[in-house]
Amino acid sequence: MPPVDLGERLRALPSGSAVALKLDPREYADHYFAVLNATLRDVGSDLDAHTIYLTVTNPAAFVWTLAEALDVPKDRISFVDAISHIMMNYAKPLPNATYVESPRALEEIMLRIEFLLRKFPHPRTIVVVDSVNSLAIHNQPELLSEFFHILLNNLKSRQVLTIVLETTEEETTGIEQMLNLVVDETIDVGRVGR
Amino acid sequence: MESPPPAPRETPAADGLLPPATVLERCPAGIEGLDSILEGGIPRGNMVLVAGSVGTGKTTLCLEFLVRGAERGERSLFLSVTEASRKLMQNLSTFEFFHKDLVDQGSLVFVDLPTVYDRLGLGREEMTSEEIGILLRTIRDLVKSLGVRRLVLDSLTSVCYRIRREEQIRDFMLRLGQELNELGCTSLLVSEIGPTPGRYSLHGVEEAIVDGVILLSNVHRMGDILRVLQIIKMRGTAHSHAQFVIQLTPIGLLMAPHLKGGREGGG
Repeated sequence: MPPVDLGERLRALPSGSAVALKLDPREYADHYFAVLNATLRDVGSDLDAHTIYLTVTNPAAFVWTLAEALDVPKDRISFVDAISHIMMNYAKPLPNATYVESPRALEEIMLRIEFLLRKFPHPRTIVVVDSVNSLAIHNQPELLSEFFHILLNNLKSRQVLTIVLETTEEETTGIEQMLNLVVDETIDVGRVGR
Repeated sequence: MESPPPAPRETPAADGLLPPATVLERCPAGIEGLDSILEGGIPRGNMVLVAGSVGTGKTTLCLEFLVRGAERGERSLFLSVTEASRKLMQNLSTFEFFHKDLVDQGSLVFVDLPTVYDRLGLGREEMTSEEIGILLRTIRDLVKSLGVRRLVLDSLTSVCYRIRREEQIRDFMLRLGQELNELGCTSLLVSEIGPTPGRYSLHGVEEAIVDGVILLSNVHRMGDILRVLQIIKMRGTAHSHAQFVIQLTPIGLLMAPHLKGGREGGG
């Protein structure tokens, strides 16, 4: 039996779920594109949802270029960009993005997500966190745990589907343990059909 | 359009396990996070100090309180001492929660206190007890005649610069609080403070008289500044004492818990 398609797995999740998607760093580009395809196109379009994409890894402009290639309509995706400012890459802000000065400003990130949830009320909303590893570079583990605990519980209570991207590492790290405590399910992108 | 003083009523306490308690009727701020930590809002008729140093969002919080009230059909009055109403309204127009109709319909009223001083002949640098009495009566008459249910005085500090003696300030505030409470008017008084911790007003007597203190301040974390809100006191309310990070957005003030990461003082 062929492995179940990633988009199908995500579509089958009940609303209010929080799921971690594990990407293999050795096949990062392939996995990352598969994740975007599944989250933005398969789930976002099929469920007629609004996506709030928190990016800490790549600038929103870069993610938007990929989303455009997947025919994601501009009015169906909003970005919280917490990386462009510190990368000095803020010259041309996207109209559908809000920019946070630093990935350390965790409360501000929560507030921007809250702002977008209220600004674009939608029966189906998806929040993508890209990625837990990038957030961990800039924040102490205790703060990050507290952030995820509050954010994910808040989104769960509002029936928002939350997708957290995680790059797997050779050894079990605190990140993985922490995520296990707050997500409902973990999907290894390398082990599902794409 | 005189409003009766708020009467205590029997409602369930915020904690579902505790027996019902007698709590005061609430005046919802209309700011979701704030109402949530205040058990539904400020007790109706309370006089509350909104204290903070420059640029912490005091005026914006107060304006949103008035706009949300006006939207609910409660006539709201902004008494401005420091900034001209015209300029305030210009700033307000950048917020999506503000509709100019509220001003045109008279639900939201702006009065420049310096103009009132001029009309009343209160031009002296330091007000006498008699002049303080005139100012009090003027505010009371405005509230009474317009049927005001929400009032903001921005700022109390500026008024107190002209009332130099502490006993006069105490008397002014006691009488103002009493008059407004009797008229069922909930009020926010803006207090500008320096960075001295533990002090919420110019003279230090103001916070003892008011029913509540909402403190807005800046805290530092690893070189970054976070703007936080904390309820220091609120009579008649089992309120939260925690700090909340705030953001003034076009759709209004948003609040999130101040993350501590297991450390005292946060992050």
